[in-house]
Amino acid sequence: MLDFAIIIDSLPDFARGTLLSLQLMALSLLAGFIAALPLAVARSSSSVLLSRSVGFYTYIFRGTPMLVQLLLIYYGLSQFEWMQRGWEEGNVVLLLFREPFFCAWLAFALNTTAYTTEIFAGVFKNTPLGEIEAGRAAGMTHFTLLRRIVIPAGLRRAIPTYSNEVILMLQGSAIASAVTLVDLTGAARYVYSRHFAPFEAFIFAGIIYMVLTFFLVGIFRFAELRWLAHLRPRS
Amino acid sequence: MKKLIAAGALLALVMTGVQAKDWTTVRLSSEGAYPPFNGLAADGSLNGFDIDIGNAICAEMKAKCTWVKQDWDGMIPALMARKFDAIVASMSITAERKAKVDFTDKYYSSPLALVAKAGSTLKPEAAALAGKKIGVQRGVIADNFATKYWEKQGVKIVRYAKQDEAYADLKAGRLDAAFADYLEALGGYIDTPAGKGYAFAGERLFGKTAEEKAVIGEGIGIAIRKKDTDLKEQMNKALAALRASGKYDTIRKKYFPTTDIYGE
Repeated sequence: MLDFAIIIDSLPDFARGTLLSLQLMALSLLAGFIAALPLAVARSSSSVLLSRSVGFYTYIFRGTPMLVQLLLIYYGLSQFEWMQRGWEEGNVVLLLFREPFFCAWLAFALNTTAYTTEIFAGVFKNTPLGEIEAGRAAGMTHFTLLRRIVIPAGLRRAIPTYSNEVILMLQGSAIASAVTLVDLTGAARYVYSRHFAPFEAFIFAGIIYMVLTFFLVGIFRFAELRWLAHLRPRS
Repeated sequence: MKKLIAAGALLALVMTGVQAKDWTTVRLSSEGAYPPFNGLAADGSLNGFDIDIGNAICAEMKAKCTWVKQDWDGMIPALMARKFDAIVASMSITAERKAKVDFTDKYYSSPLALVAKAGSTLKPEAAALAGKKIGVQRGVIADNFATKYWEKQGVKIVRYAKQDEAYADLKAGRLDAAFADYLEALGGYIDTPAGKGYAFAGERLFGKTAEEKAVIGEGIGIAIRKKDTDLKEQMNKALAALRASGKYDTIRKKYFPTTDIYGE
């Protein structure tokens, strides 16, 4: 049976880990959302050059595992002489790459930006032609059309798909422990190595992930009710 | 009646025969994946410090020894299943293992040590390391020690899944020092091309108090089944004789010319 004494004893570790996981996830998603909007517009634009170059970026980051990206940023970049010299000289920008939190945030943000870009570009492209024609007929410029019709309507339709991306980011953030961060999974590994109690450590961490996912699903269900009500089948 | 007595005598003979085995042949086991302690020769046979010590103990016991190669994971179960009689595979004497098997006296020690840039003035002491970032492999003895004695004194302990990752971050400049098993650090980093420019900082750590010694461990011993107390006694006697005659040092110098790995 589970040894609850170990779990209770480790609650502060789990709490700190959960907080770090949530911080990482929230900051990456925020950056991803902001960056994905213009990128998705470019990706769904009729300019082949613009669309293809953004497509190249998303292909790279969706085509490789996030763990590999994280290891490249954390261990890979630190191998370079210029990076190590930058740290010694106190270069403010390069010093960011010394911090595991920044490296994890950057890797997660680049990764979620790529996925979110494709999600948004997909819904932007699927804007009903009638809406665009109506906008044009009303004399809207290309930018006004995007701002008033394509983006707001697209983002609503993107909610169900985007909720998956958010949940996947939460689960994906578990790899932060690969670069010495003590996130929720890192805390579980720490507890495991202290007490040789794999079930207590990982089952409890799993339960916390499940509870967090439950809340995320709830938030998105609410968002769908609020903003996608018009797409619900009539009862 | 006579038959019964004869049968009883025979039974007694068989039983004593089982109990007081005279150990003319001993089956030893090692892993063959931890050079220079135990490795594999080109022909697939075991070699290394562990093997030489095992053979020397057998010679001292005037017993014939055979070697069995066994993977690390299944080592203790295979010993219990009588696939062999003793494990000579650089196994640390820990309380956890002692619950299952018995150990001879140590045949070498594995202290802890701090690895830093050559010329570093750091020392493996909490006061000297306060505010510094020290990398350890998660869950190993160095981690246990640093967590117990250093972390609360303000030393920042950074834990890695693998020892190599700690060395990579030490080299990159993210860490002030790495804290690890002395012999592992020597063979796995300092004596390798990757560890150029890096050296041990301060003294090796054997543990000053009994409590510290319990964390670091009692050293490396030969594991045997709990019921084979006679084998343990014979091996301990042989080991003491090797130490006294200088044969131990001859073998040790073959692998570690400059370091006395027996310890204190």
